[in-house]
Amino acid sequence: MIYLPHTHEDIFSMLQVLGVDNLDDLFSTVPEDCRFNGHLNLPEALSEWELNDHMSTLSNTMAVSPEYKVFLGAGSYEHFIPASVSYLLGRSEFVTSYTPYQPEMSQGTLQAIYEYQTLAARLLGMEVATASHYDGATALAEALLMAVRITKRKKVAISSLIHPLYRRVVQTYFEPAGYEVVELPYLNTGVTDDSGLDDMDDLAAVAIQSPNFFGCIENLQVLGQKTHDKKALFVASFTEALAYGLLKNPGSQGADIVGGEGQSLGINSSFGGPALGMLASSKKHMRSLPGRLVGKTKDLDGKTGFVLTLATREQHIRREKATSNICTNNSLCALAAAMYMASLGGTGIRKLAQLNHDKAEYLKKELKKAGFTITFDRPTFNEFVVEFPSGFEANHKHLLEKKIVAGLCLAPYYPELANHYLLCVTETRSKDDMDALVREVKS
Amino acid sequence: MKESLGTTGLLLNEPLLWEKGKKGRCGFSLPRRDVEPCSLDEEFMGEGPDFPDLSELDVVRHYTRLAQWNFGVDTGMYPLGSCTMKYSPKTNEKQASLPGFTGAHPLLPSGLSQGALNMLFEFEQYLNEITGMYATTLQPAAGAHGELTGMLIIHAFHKKQGSKRSKIIVPDTAHGTNPASISLCGFRPVPVTSNEQGILSVQAVSEIMDQDTAGIMVTNPNTLGLFEENIQNIAEIVHAKGGLVYCDGANMNAVMGMVKMGDIGIDLMQLNLHKTFSTPHGGGGPGSGPVSVAKHLEPFLPVPRVIEENGAYILAQDYPDSIGKISAFHGAFGVVIKAYSYIRRMGPENLKKASQLAVLNANYIKEMLKGTLHLPYDRPCMHECVFSDKHQAAQKIATLDMAKRLMDYGFHPPTTYFPLVVPGAIMVEPTETESKEDIDQFIAAFKAIANEAGENPDLLHHAPKSCKVKRLDEVTAARKPCLAG
Ligand SMILES: Cc1ncc(COP(=O)(O)O)c(C=O)c1O
Repeated sequence: MIYLPHTHEDIFSMLQVLGVDNLDDLFSTVPEDCRFNGHLNLPEALSEWELNDHMSTLSNTMAVSPEYKVFLGAGSYEHFIPASVSYLLGRSEFVTSYTPYQPEMSQGTLQAIYEYQTLAARLLGMEVATASHYDGATALAEALLMAVRITKRKKVAISSLIHPLYRRVVQTYFEPAGYEVVELPYLNTGVTDDSGLDDMDDLAAVAIQSPNFFGCIENLQVLGQKTHDKKALFVASFTEALAYGLLKNPGSQGADIVGGEGQSLGINSSFGGPALGMLASSKKHMRSLPGRLVGKTKDLDGKTGFVLTLATREQHIRREKATSNICTNNSLCALAAAMYMASLGGTGIRKLAQLNHDKAEYLKKELKKAGFTITFDRPTFNEFVVEFPSGFEANHKHLLEKKIVAGLCLAPYYPELANHYLLCVTETRSKDDMDALVREVKS
Repeated sequence: MKESLGTTGLLLNEPLLWEKGKKGRCGFSLPRRDVEPCSLDEEFMGEGPDFPDLSELDVVRHYTRLAQWNFGVDTGMYPLGSCTMKYSPKTNEKQASLPGFTGAHPLLPSGLSQGALNMLFEFEQYLNEITGMYATTLQPAAGAHGELTGMLIIHAFHKKQGSKRSKIIVPDTAHGTNPASISLCGFRPVPVTSNEQGILSVQAVSEIMDQDTAGIMVTNPNTLGLFEENIQNIAEIVHAKGGLVYCDGANMNAVMGMVKMGDIGIDLMQLNLHKTFSTPHGGGGPGSGPVSVAKHLEPFLPVPRVIEENGAYILAQDYPDSIGKISAFHGAFGVVIKAYSYIRRMGPENLKKASQLAVLNANYIKEMLKGTLHLPYDRPCMHECVFSDKHQAAQKIATLDMAKRLMDYGFHPPTTYFPLVVPGAIMVEPTETESKEDIDQFIAAFKAIANEAGENPDLLHHAPKSCKVKRLDEVTAARKPCLAG
């Protein structure tokens, strides 16, 4: 086996040093009745070439661009990733290192994550961003737990237009500890109905996603104001980070904590993971943040360098009193995002976000022209809800055969929205793709 | 000793990203605009983020220089205890970057994602076989996330039985994530001390196990690199009082094909794919922390579950007792591909061999260094061995000094000051992928450093001298945090 370097002589001479006869004898401290004496029932080893064949067979069954035209968003977005980003991200000094516990030997990772924290904070309009979390859903759950810790209150209100799967993750995190989650309904304009807030007391936080699950842009400022009037923390969430290239960022609208998904920033969909949980806050709450943080400092010679810092919040120091149990995070995904944001630059991200917006508007307009209803007339970013005639489900299936995935059926998530679909368009969908889609759904 | 690996290469300085570039540059090839511009309502328009504008080469040089200030397993030996820094085979990376996988949307209809579902399904079977468990979820994104999933399952199990228990027993040798995961789930961790041999005694557990205790969380092999020899009797005691036994399986690299946790009283456990199954660590992730459970806990696993029906794979949602969802989608699929590739390349014999060689390497280091360094538990170890700086104390040399000096010799230091039960701990986990020559050189370096400790202690106090930076001021970093530029 090419990954195991030991020759027979190596093994023999090492065993001699240990004074035992064979490899099995090394396990003398494992009681006899704890040992498994059989053979693992696993497939026999493949050569590298056989593995290639096997994996391409599996991979080839997957419906992906360019063969398929996929109009799905809903928390995972197809964006172009520059070759330079993929190439740099493959540098083994980044890929095969551990969490930077020994800073002198890890300055590459540390500076890169410090830069990521900075760019993430600028994108979200916040003062401090963490080094990364698992995904948008867990980042939101941790943001809400953070609000519970800060306010010492046990109830949060979250918009029903936060990604349905994120809400389920929040529920999972909250239930056993006995915290309560109340959902805010939505208005027929496609934004959160905040009227229920008036009667809610003792809230730790109010959480709003913008653009929300329907793609609609929420009025964060008004919602934030209302949240603050209730003395709760305002938590903003997002699934499409690129939107802030064009839209007002959550920080400027009064968010105290922001938790969402950064997959759009140079990370492949990869069937949903690994992704990038982004979490940011104001400086005031920095010591309550969960997760790793990189800080700038000086070395003995006065030279600038970077270290993991504020570790007394973390599990390896504070154990059960830590602000989170997170240890391994999604560092390499944060690095990808930093590379991507650096490649785009301020000028590029603006243009790219505008293009995403405009393409979705084009498709919206064409669908309207073709006689379909755009359910919510609220401004959207790169996805929106359309109502197709009843019985469209069969048509949707038929289109799959034509290699078009015509959006996400909303009924399983919002039963009142039968025949409604969430369509997403990024810069990767051409006008021709969109025209073809409109033609097909019409017929 | 052979010539040291450590030297001083030419490293280039590189400023922060925003100290470079010029307004108007771009490192991104913007796609052609084939639709009319369409302005967004002013009310919602922001100013756009203040990012530096850089050319492609600006970006490429920046990250190439940063990479050169880093050290990875591909650079050299990285014997970080408890982290299993084994070599990550390159073919794994290749498989994970196949376009059918990277481009796959997580909400594709199952008919259009059979390859991915097939792999997830099979991989769960492999982990069931390796752990001796009945069912597995791949949704947890890292080891600690798996621990949390496990605690949630324990909570749901007791709730289903109509009981509410408030405590979880956890040994003092446990990784910090264990008590943190326990309390995140609303339980109270109850510490239990290990005995003079470094393992749990049946008596210590039986003294504190009661009807209000939901279960125990044991790391096996434990963080001292020792097998918990009394595990079966401990499991019996916990089960007799209605509790469950959780195993932190982060150290599974010691016992693949040698021990099946499901056969020795464990009810549920997590595996760290980024340790045992060779997926690279990425400077701190992404990882993947699947949880495998015995049959009585299957109903509580997160949804959706991948199941096979009439020769096709589907995502099944209907598990009323499920804890719900722990990740938005299917967990770290891209990481699972790499671990899957690893298991397929290794096959059953080589997995077992890997564990045997990991244990051989660790015991060899323990034996060769035990005169040089203090060995608090002098017994056969599993995949890692734990020393301390006790012998060097008289010379006023601490673990930190030796660790930093190892860098000058071209090695990443071992884990230091963990587990907490050993003051000044030096935890060495070589893994099976290090050759005897490399290990011998590591041993020689450590011996040379121990000599220097007597002859020229300043070399250690001032180490490292050959890295990009000298020792960094961590105190000021924490006191006056500067977390963004
Ligand atoms: C024994 C042990 N348990 C749990 C963990 C946590 O795993 P992760 O970092 O993947 O969350 C680690 C890793 O550091 C570990 O060494």
